[in-house]
Amino acid sequence: MTTPAALGRDDVAHVAALARLALTDEELDRFTGQLARVIEHARDVAALDVADVVPTAHALPIRNVLRPDEPEPCLDRDTVLAQAPEVEDGRFKVPRIVGEAP
Amino acid sequence: MSGEWETVVGLEVHCELRTRTKLFCACPNVFGEEPNTNVCPVCLGLPGSLPVLNEEAVELAMRIGAALHAEVRPSSFYRKNYFYPDMPKDYQISQYDEPINVGGHLDLPDGSRVGIVRAHLEEDTGKTAHLGETGRIHAADYSLVDYNRSGVPLVEIVSEPDIRSAAQARAYAAELRAVLVATGASDGKMEEGSMRVDANVSVRRAGAELGTRCEIKNLNSLRSLARAVEHEAARQVALLEAGGVVVQETRHWDEQAGRTISMRSKEEAFDYRYFPEPDLVPLAPDEAWRQRAAAAVGRLPAERRRGLAGLVGEPTPAQVDQVQAVVDLGLDELVVAAVSAGAPATLALARAANELAADLEAALALDPGSFAALVVLEARGELTATQSKAVLAELVAAGGGDPVSIAAARGFESLSDEFLRDVVGQLIEANPGEWGRFCEGEDKLAGFFTGQVMKATGGKADGKAVAAELRRRRN
Repeated sequence: MTTPAALGRDDVAHVAALARLALTDEELDRFTGQLARVIEHARDVAALDVADVVPTAHALPIRNVLRPDEPEPCLDRDTVLAQAPEVEDGRFKVPRIVGEAP
Repeated sequence: MSGEWETVVGLEVHCELRTRTKLFCACPNVFGEEPNTNVCPVCLGLPGSLPVLNEEAVELAMRIGAALHAEVRPSSFYRKNYFYPDMPKDYQISQYDEPINVGGHLDLPDGSRVGIVRAHLEEDTGKTAHLGETGRIHAADYSLVDYNRSGVPLVEIVSEPDIRSAAQARAYAAELRAVLVATGASDGKMEEGSMRVDANVSVRRAGAELGTRCEIKNLNSLRSLARAVEHEAARQVALLEAGGVVVQETRHWDEQAGRTISMRSKEEAFDYRYFPEPDLVPLAPDEAWRQRAAAAVGRLPAERRRGLAGLVGEPTPAQVDQVQAVVDLGLDELVVAAVSAGAPATLALARAANELAADLEAALALDPGSFAALVVLEARGELTATQSKAVLAELVAAGGGDPVSIAAARGFESLSDEFLRDVVGQLIEANPGEWGRFCEGEDKLAGFFTGQVMKATGGKADGKAVAAELRRRRN
């Protein structure tokens, strides 16, 4: 397993931007130290000998949890739209979007 | 640098699966309903809701894999994280490094082969409408979101960058659509967004390394796809020849303006932070299920084209086009049945390819026996081509019938050879000047005489028989 380079302030700023978190300079400094310690802790796992452990894709030892293709009633539209901050024409009204969906 | 510019294209095709319900919830998967009526806590991303995988979506994904000669593998689901209001969860459940279908290929009618990288399962997003003065995203004041489409099952089919022209890109998308329809996985309706295409386009000098690519979005028809690839390749060549560089980016196809427009700058490049979806367990269809799915794949277009071409023997290039048209229209079974009922294959093929597209729904319901009987009449020379087409139109409208009685009702009794000879003789006497010039080798006057014969017989004469009679008399 490769060991990533130590976590820097720029990495934390990048991750915060991806998560749409606005951090102050003081918070960036604080969280860089904290997040670095979290990652250090995760690295401890790499030190273990896991040669005999089967790789797992999921914590549960089960596969193929499926449901039949049968429709069921949906939510009432008025109830749904009542949750929205703004509604127009039966749809959720959201602020101007710059750029296109990925 | 030397050599011609070469266009290199890879396509990503999103195919909505024809299931009754969505991928992870039991909301109906239906197009064209009132906005936000087919929604529930799962596809609205409400806290505490949990996804459960639709069995039929897995089945259809495996059929697609089998049809594309892919390897169906154990797979798992991931969260693809991004902020955009078309996904209320702020992530899309997709597959990442363990997709359900890996590898494969698609053979095109021209004989070329395009490699398939993967075909994975994922959920569709909601539909956003951008409202403002121009309706364009950049100028929009706000957006309205309908989540009926959120969670509809998709299979994304990623091709290798094996495509070398706009025409080949179009042929690939057309063939893939035909395959998806044949498997029963899709209705193939591009106009309803059931199949959506993104194109990765780059250019290079022949034999050089791959160039930097741009991803073109918003391709809503086969025509848009071909135009956009053509335009984008030309844009990149012009840029490079002027000493510029191509920047890797997403570009939006503007159908009206006929050009691609940059959608977002590079520094906004997405980092999706994929991680395993903890609410879904791995998927590992057993051998029996994989075989059942493969067996459920209908006859594929390539096989149907081979079957039809085989009836003709060694098809001419025109007949190859007819074979493709007939299979694309789904009329191949009608032709095969007509040939079994005694119709000559070449004529049955030609009539099906050229005369039955206008009212396809009715043509698909046409009784093969009636169609066969008509083709036989025409092949025997008892009906001219023009008459045969008129009778065929009536057969299609009625779903079948007796072509002999329809022809009789229309007064299409065939002219005797003797009568035709008399008519031609009279016309020669009436037009000695034209006849003289025809005899001296002015062949185009054959058309003049044929026209006169048609006039005299009310269009009942067989053009070929008239031409033969004119040649006989000249010699």
